[in-house]
Amino acid sequence: MKERFFKWFYGESDPMEHILDCAEVPDESREEWKYEEHEIEREISRRVHTQSVIRAERRGFYAFYLIIAVISCLMLIGVLLFTVSQLPRYGVENPRAKEVIERYVEKGLEETGAVNIVSGMILDYRAFDTLGESHVLFTALLCVMILLRLDEKNKRTRYENYYTVLADPYYDISTDPIMRIAATITLPSIFLFGIYILLNGQISPGGGFSGGAVMGAALIIYAAAFGFTVTDRVFTYRMSRCITFLSLAFYSFAKGYVFFTGANGIPNGVPKGTPGAVLSGGLILPLDIAVGMVVACTMFGFYSLFRRGSIGGE
Amino acid sequence: MSLLVIFRSILLILLIVCAIAVNLTKDLLRAVIIFMSYSSIMCLIWILMESPDLAITEAAVGAGISGTLFLVTLKKLRAEDHTEENE
Repeated sequence: MKERFFKWFYGESDPMEHILDCAEVPDESREEWKYEEHEIEREISRRVHTQSVIRAERRGFYAFYLIIAVISCLMLIGVLLFTVSQLPRYGVENPRAKEVIERYVEKGLEETGAVNIVSGMILDYRAFDTLGESHVLFTALLCVMILLRLDEKNKRTRYENYYTVLADPYYDISTDPIMRIAATITLPSIFLFGIYILLNGQISPGGGFSGGAVMGAALIIYAAAFGFTVTDRVFTYRMSRCITFLSLAFYSFAKGYVFFTGANGIPNGVPKGTPGAVLSGGLILPLDIAVGMVVACTMFGFYSLFRRGSIGGE
Repeated sequence: MSLLVIFRSILLILLIVCAIAVNLTKDLLRAVIIFMSYSSIMCLIWILMESPDLAITEAAVGAGISGTLFLVTLKKLRAEDHTEENE
């Protein structure tokens, strides 16, 4: 069992291959030349027989698959429709949900110091949600790294590393003049827009996640237009690791401190600032920056891993 | 019927059309492009529903980054097909 698992893990065998016909590894036993003639015929008849069995199995599997797919779709639709039917009507007052909303709308500005009440909610009242989201993104990046990172195990040839992948002319689009000129014109404003969204999270729509996503997209355009050698100078694997770790650790400690003091009724000593100014909202601005950094690193890391199997320059 | 209602219903119909078209398209490149336009329409709908936060995120992630990742994946798959044909 363990051996089979490791074989599957390292891509040497696929447990579904006789059903789905998606084996990637060439069959070592196909050496017809070493059989005698009648043995070849017997082998052929055996294979035809196996083929027909496999085909029948596959047909059965697909029928089963279709039925299960339809059933699960119908169940999902049913559950969703049932949930919708249980929701309060649109526009009708709902006494259960009213308390929380009233608290947020009336006391939100005073308690969080953020003019943008959405930021006040997701980074102050419900900051643990956002911490979980950042960790989900980080975990997704780890999964992509497990699958796509070029290391000793999944190189196709001995000399393949991410430099040779990029040197392959089929992958190289950095000489495209349209892409370069368009990127030169639009990149500064995209970067500025990302930083603007990030820093103004507490006074206007936006915040950590959207600002980080815009900055990550700008990094992707930069890498796509000018090649990875330019981004490798500033964005290295080591730097991405440091930024992600520092941001997540800062987020956890800051929010842990605020929740601990808040639960015990101790004043936490974080200045709220003037509502409407950039430096306002207490911890919301630094938390926004932390989330934005994680998101930007993750988005660019995805692209870089998909393109060349490495998160950044070494 | 005000102009806004007409605009909103056009957007919603386009959304459904896009969602069905993604499933029915055989060509993967076209499917990715339709998916990206689906995200752009969704972004407009978020703005009409007065949640600009989500609109920004949808435009950056849905129409931008996830589409780009799909395109990169397609490029890789086609690249491998390409080398096999040459051999």
